[in-house]
Amino acid sequence: MSAIVHAPVPARPAPALGTGVGAWLRANLYADWKNALATVIILLVAARYLPAIYQWAVTDAVTARDPNACRALAHSGACWGVIAEKYRFILFGRFPFEEQWRPLIATLILVGLLVVSALRRFWRPWLGLVWICGLAAFFTLMHGGLLGMSAVESARWGGFPLTMILTTLGIAAALPLAVLVALGRRSHLPAIRAVCTVYIELVRGVPLVSVLFMASFMFPLFMPSGYTPDVLLRVLAGIILFAAAYLAETVRGGLQAVPAGQYEAAAALGLSYWQMQRKIVLPQALRIVVPGLVNSFISTYKDTSLVTIVGLYELTGALGLALRGDAEWRQFYFEGYLFIGLIYWIGCFAMSHYSQRMERALHTGNRR
Amino acid sequence: MSATSGPGPIVSFEKVNKWYGEFHVLRDVELVIARGERIVICGPSGSGKSTLIRCINRLEEHQSGRLIVDGTELGDDLRATERVRREVGMVFQQFNLFPHLNVLENLTLAPMWVARVPRKEAEARAMAQLERVRIADQARKYPLQLSGGQQQRVAIARALCLTPKVMLFDEPTSALDPEMIKEVLDVMIELADGGMTMICVTHEMGFARSVADRVVFMDQGQIVEDSPPADFFNSPRSERGREFLSKILGH
Repeated sequence: MSAIVHAPVPARPAPALGTGVGAWLRANLYADWKNALATVIILLVAARYLPAIYQWAVTDAVTARDPNACRALAHSGACWGVIAEKYRFILFGRFPFEEQWRPLIATLILVGLLVVSALRRFWRPWLGLVWICGLAAFFTLMHGGLLGMSAVESARWGGFPLTMILTTLGIAAALPLAVLVALGRRSHLPAIRAVCTVYIELVRGVPLVSVLFMASFMFPLFMPSGYTPDVLLRVLAGIILFAAAYLAETVRGGLQAVPAGQYEAAAALGLSYWQMQRKIVLPQALRIVVPGLVNSFISTYKDTSLVTIVGLYELTGALGLALRGDAEWRQFYFEGYLFIGLIYWIGCFAMSHYSQRMERALHTGNRR
Repeated sequence: MSATSGPGPIVSFEKVNKWYGEFHVLRDVELVIARGERIVICGPSGSGKSTLIRCINRLEEHQSGRLIVDGTELGDDLRATERVRREVGMVFQQFNLFPHLNVLENLTLAPMWVARVPRKEAEARAMAQLERVRIADQARKYPLQLSGGQQQRVAIARALCLTPKVMLFDEPTSALDPEMIKEVLDVMIELADGGMTMICVTHEMGFARSVADRVVFMDQGQIVEDSPPADFFNSPRSERGREFLSKILGH
């Protein structure tokens, strides 16, 4: 048999896939019969229910701040008037009405800080200083008592600013704590390992409500007599301890996913334990677990609604406070919940969208 | 300071033993390596050769006997370990480059953080090492964007950036495609010609023949033979050595 020699085949462009609207529709809506069937079912369901929802939310809705008009609807249409009437109470809780420009500006500062920190080009050393100044401004505005602003104790803070500050400080303090606890749970030193394990299992084993109760009512008992930390601080400590236990296990998952060879290479180069963790292990471990971390962040954001039970009226609590005592508007809870639901959703969506962008940005080095 | 300076041997094993659980992986190992020597360690899989060189920078801990590297005895003293690791470079089978750092950052990390070299100088040194392994044009790429041979050359350059007194190679070509083995061996041969003290676990018998001063043959955790390559390859003294050679050279 003689040898077979093939002539070299030059590379050709890939066959063109259909582009444009028609191709998109075919690929996504009726690629095969199962796909087409799903499209038809979804269209039928939408046709059945969307008009009714539209009618309730828009055509038959009352937007005027008129409880009588709302009641006349008997829930056949939405009563957006309740939000027009109560939005300031829902957003700022029991903060003195005439002074509500203060929480408004404080919240804008906090949201501004978060947006700036989300942009990579601002990840510079001075960002820490910006945060210190921003938080100082936030607490000055909220607390007052100087610059001609009346003092407002933290027990009267409420609504959206409270939700935001609890979430922000809760996550900001819980993540570093979680990293330490996760490292501790993998430590070679039995005492450190035991402390971290007990902490995680204990805190994860109880509901947040009981942690908040403990922080709020039991904590002062252990303090020197006469000294009671601010209720906001106590609640914040509870949230941090609770969130950190969950985050620690997420971080530990990331630590375990870093190959042993990375530790060995770092050790062989003479890096100390902390240098190895900081420069080699954590950067890789944390980017692996971005989805899990954001999952916990979102939980923490929504879990802040539980602080109502110890008497802090954040967004959810403020809504209850706004409507419960008002016989005229009391029955329009549903619209109120839709309103704060939208606020929560925007926050959660922003976090989840940002995490996806971050994942893409962080994985450039790991892609071939 | 030249790589061969200092009194006494660079590495000396005195009756070193190690167990993994009940498994006796290193048995009464006696081995003295002089400065400037090139040693090739070979032997069948599971013979303890990787464990042996990983003891030299204490990635593995020995349980009895004495192991002295560059005048420092390795033991529970962490500072001794740190001191030894600064003098010992290591190249791994799986390269173990840091995937989240680009090539240049992989090379400057240890000089900047361990040896406290200023960034500018660390980068200049890194570029010089990259020139040496002929890969300077890839300095800004990430490790996974490079071929296996290129990654291993970067790993060698990374180890050299700390100007080590001895280089350990743990099967540096075993994870490479055949056509990339030569580019890595060429770099290692140049290194040897430059006078570097080298301890290589490898199955590249051509490399052992042309570069090594001594071939150490291990089996079942023991050093069975320790002889010049010509002697070992032409007339192994042990039965196990003959058997091993017939297996790897037989085809």
